[in-house]
Amino acid sequence: MRAMMFNEEFETLPRQALEALQLKRLQSMLERVYANVPFYRTAFDRAGIRPDDVRSLQDLQRLPFTTKQNMRDSYPYGLFAAPMEEIVRIHASSGTTGKPTVVGYTQKDIETWTELMARTFVTAGAHKGDIIHNAYGYGLFTGGLGAHYGAERLGASVIPISGGNTKRQIMIMQDFGSTVLTCTPSYALFMAEEAKIEGVDFRNLKLRVGIFGAEPWSEAMRVEIEEKLNLTALDIYGLSEIMGPGVAQECYVAKSGLHIWEDHFIPEIIDPETCQVVPEGTKGELVITTITKQGIPLVRYRTRDITSITYEPCACGRTHARLARLSGRSDDMIIIRGVNVFPSQIESILVGIEGVEPHYLLIVDRQDNLDTLEVHVEVDERLFSDEIKVLQALSRSIEKEIKDMLGVTSRVKLVEPKTIQRSEGKATRVIDKRKLV
Amino acid sequence: MHVEQISIFIENKSGRLAEVTRILGDAGVNIRALSLADTSDFGILRLIVNDREKAKAVLKEKGFTVSKTDVVAVEVPDRPGGLSLILQTLDGENINVEYMYAFVERCGENAVIIFRFDETDRAIKSLLDKGFNVLEGERLYGM
Ligand SMILES: [Zn+2]
Repeated sequence: MRAMMFNEEFETLPRQALEALQLKRLQSMLERVYANVPFYRTAFDRAGIRPDDVRSLQDLQRLPFTTKQNMRDSYPYGLFAAPMEEIVRIHASSGTTGKPTVVGYTQKDIETWTELMARTFVTAGAHKGDIIHNAYGYGLFTGGLGAHYGAERLGASVIPISGGNTKRQIMIMQDFGSTVLTCTPSYALFMAEEAKIEGVDFRNLKLRVGIFGAEPWSEAMRVEIEEKLNLTALDIYGLSEIMGPGVAQECYVAKSGLHIWEDHFIPEIIDPETCQVVPEGTKGELVITTITKQGIPLVRYRTRDITSITYEPCACGRTHARLARLSGRSDDMIIIRGVNVFPSQIESILVGIEGVEPHYLLIVDRQDNLDTLEVHVEVDERLFSDEIKVLQALSRSIEKEIKDMLGVTSRVKLVEPKTIQRSEGKATRVIDKRKLV
Repeated sequence: MHVEQISIFIENKSGRLAEVTRILGDAGVNIRALSLADTSDFGILRLIVNDREKAKAVLKEKGFTVSKTDVVAVEVPDRPGGLSLILQTLDGENINVEYMYAFVERCGENAVIIFRFDETDRAIKSLLDKGFNVLEGERLYGM
């Protein structure tokens, strides 16, 4: 039996029909950006390709990439393909360095986003009648409003709580009977800690489903969240440059990979070093081409997110390809003595060790021309011993595990609880002192 | 015969030890005995106090990781080799001493040593059998 779907016709389009639709939409998008966006006209001319040279999906690989830097260089509206009088909404991503990246939506873009977000909710097992506790930030960040519109379209009751004020969040979840929670996975765990302090037991709440995203997380973290919050935790993917939340969503049926809505986005996986497309199932950087967007369509946008893709049929009945759980960002990737390390890998190791909270900090440095990795791990009561040798054995076992799994020598430093910075948004996990020199 | 000790995890950075003693002092908790075991990164502070529950509560409230451990207090005969006699007895019974430290106050003429054993109950029995004076917790907390 097929799972519930929001738009069954499009979500189950046979592969051939889906690809034919993609090609048609791709060609029309390319014509539009070539005619309206000077950046793309120049880039295509330089690559010696015109929109009508693209006759198959394979030809996409001949087109140049778009990067976050290109967006910054076009700040604020340089890449918009629609005139400003048709733009009804503007969002921007947080710019940790320099200017933010700005995106504009036409009315049709908002409608598309709303539908895809509604599909996303249904894919996660939400339905009309649910009370959706939306703790994604409302504002310039796309998370809050994106999820909000989708929840309304679905016919659910949405609580636009936004981020912050965790005590109040917990009270409202309890009193309003929230059934679905949307926030970042690290904030979900932060809430669990706060609830414990407040004496609130998640088993007494009505929460059933959690849709967590906006930062990479691990399978081990899913187990911990599901246990602590007593709900089914599912992975959502999105980024403001492409649309916002709802680009891809893990289905509750298979709980194995995130369906990317291929009738609106074409995904590719490339090797971030060579920029060549890699075979199905191989890990690499996700590249997305938006084929229906009007405000700011992007051609082969380099997301910097690391994942792999599969076109295997899914138990839920959807035909859209699935992305593997994101395992970090190509720019979060730290190279330690030539070995590629993602913070999420260290996190999986830590959660696997009894008693260790996934609160950790990686400090990368260079001593005598050799890279060093120091891992700070918080010691809580479950793991504390009054004997030095027991704690030292714990440090050594974490070091050994990291060496065995990642091939990197590290030094584990045990630190007092709650001393590593907590955040209600994205967590800082790495301090790379090599970059400061 | 068990004595309850509280153990606190502290990072090896300046001021942490002073912070713990200040918190306890402010709460009116008296420290009866103290031992600090440390490595280059962290230390474990072991305390015998007059009010364990209160000490634990105020330290936890300040974010410290605290645990309780059962230890044994033994009076050391006031003569040469007094401690050695105790250790020989334990050795003869194959009981391991995880760590030990001296109690601040004396018990009459004699010094008191706090022991942490791998097998607490067997250690107490052996010591009593050999005629050593094992002190009650209540007596120690109020000393
Ligand atoms: Zn599925």
